[in-house]
Amino acid sequence: MRALLQRDLRLAIRSGGGFGLGLVFFFLLSVLVPLGVGPEGGTLGRIAPGILWVGALLACLLSLDRIFALDFEDGSLDLLATAPIPLEAVVALKALAHWLVTGLPLTMLAPGLGVLLNLPSTGYAWLVMSLLLGTPALSVIGAFGAALVVGVRRGGLLLSLLVLPLYVPTLIFGAEVVRRGAEGMALATPLALLAGISLGAAALLPFAAAAALRVNLR
Amino acid sequence: MEMRVENLGVARGGVTVLQGLSFALAAGQALILRGPNGSGKTTLLRTLAGLQPAVAGTIDLPAEAAAYGAHADGLKSTLTARENLAFWAAIHGTDSADAAMAGMDVANLAHRRAAELSAGQKRRLGLAQLLVTGRPVWLLDEPTVSLDVASVGLFAGVVRRHLAGGGLAIIATHVDLGLSEAAVLDLAPFCARIMACDGFDEAFA
Repeated sequence: MRALLQRDLRLAIRSGGGFGLGLVFFFLLSVLVPLGVGPEGGTLGRIAPGILWVGALLACLLSLDRIFALDFEDGSLDLLATAPIPLEAVVALKALAHWLVTGLPLTMLAPGLGVLLNLPSTGYAWLVMSLLLGTPALSVIGAFGAALVVGVRRGGLLLSLLVLPLYVPTLIFGAEVVRRGAEGMALATPLALLAGISLGAAALLPFAAAAALRVNLR
Repeated sequence: MEMRVENLGVARGGVTVLQGLSFALAAGQALILRGPNGSGKTTLLRTLAGLQPAVAGTIDLPAEAAAYGAHADGLKSTLTARENLAFWAAIHGTDSADAAMAGMDVANLAHRRAAELSAGQKRRLGLAQLLVTGRPVWLLDEPTVSLDVASVGLFAGVVRRHLAGGGLAIIATHVDLGLSEAAVLDLAPFCARIMACDGFDEAFA
């Protein structure tokens, strides 16, 4: 199973793997929003949690269709489906690989971009914490969406429409954690809900995604 | 190792394409599937591989015994030939990537990226992936596409060695592999749709 994770990471990092795309998008968004909104009145600091979370979410969305579509096109998904490892584990590993090349780097990049957005200094720890807890859910939910549209030509549009509503709770609670953290309020509830979404998604969705893959491979 | 298929029906896109198909294969035997385009060879092989359910009948084949060799090679173009094979060897828990490369005569391409290989070289590498699975039943869909005459001969030798080692092979092909000992199964009598199999010209239907 480690071989599959290694292969997916290697493919992402080699040329054409799309590794930097989400990161660059996140960076550009965070650079352009302050220029668009302007510096006065503390507006920027107030909207920073929401902007950072929306940016991370959209950056995640950019690379979702690669999770299964490439393997489907070159036939390796058929071979993986007949391989001795269960398809549920394949889904979980591919979601993990996706998180390692998007969610984790986004989390590490976010504090630097928080500076650009004038995020209050109390918010940084919670920004990292919320992204660390929330981005795994984005990858797992995304893998489920990607499994649903595998085999659909140019499925990216359909995938976005399917996955965005599922991303909404993660976005709400993630941004809420950062906002409350920045304002020094109690944040145990949204943090627990965010962690709950990630754990629930990681526990259940690989099974749903594997079922969707089996149907789509017929 | 033995496989037995009884009264099998297979469907593609909800339409039954083959029905009433029965055959048995013992260790060391090969079966060549013949039939016109669209007669259901690929669908039959995918059903036998467990990628899709049969609509009727039974397939008596131990779990995880079959290796499916499809049209597509499943190669990653940014990985080298050796990395591609080593990955599948690791997935199947075997340690035979080097032996497989020697078997299909791709050892000299080990450090070339798959993107740089010719169509025939990719095909040979794809067939080498069968060897690293270590599985006894080979289900091959047009394995010789884009292979030259020498490579077809090489591949026939690989299949023969596989059979001699107690393996089984079901091969859908239009070319003569030179496997004179293999049984030939013509799919036409099992066609569920008359038009697809008797060469009826659809333009005049």
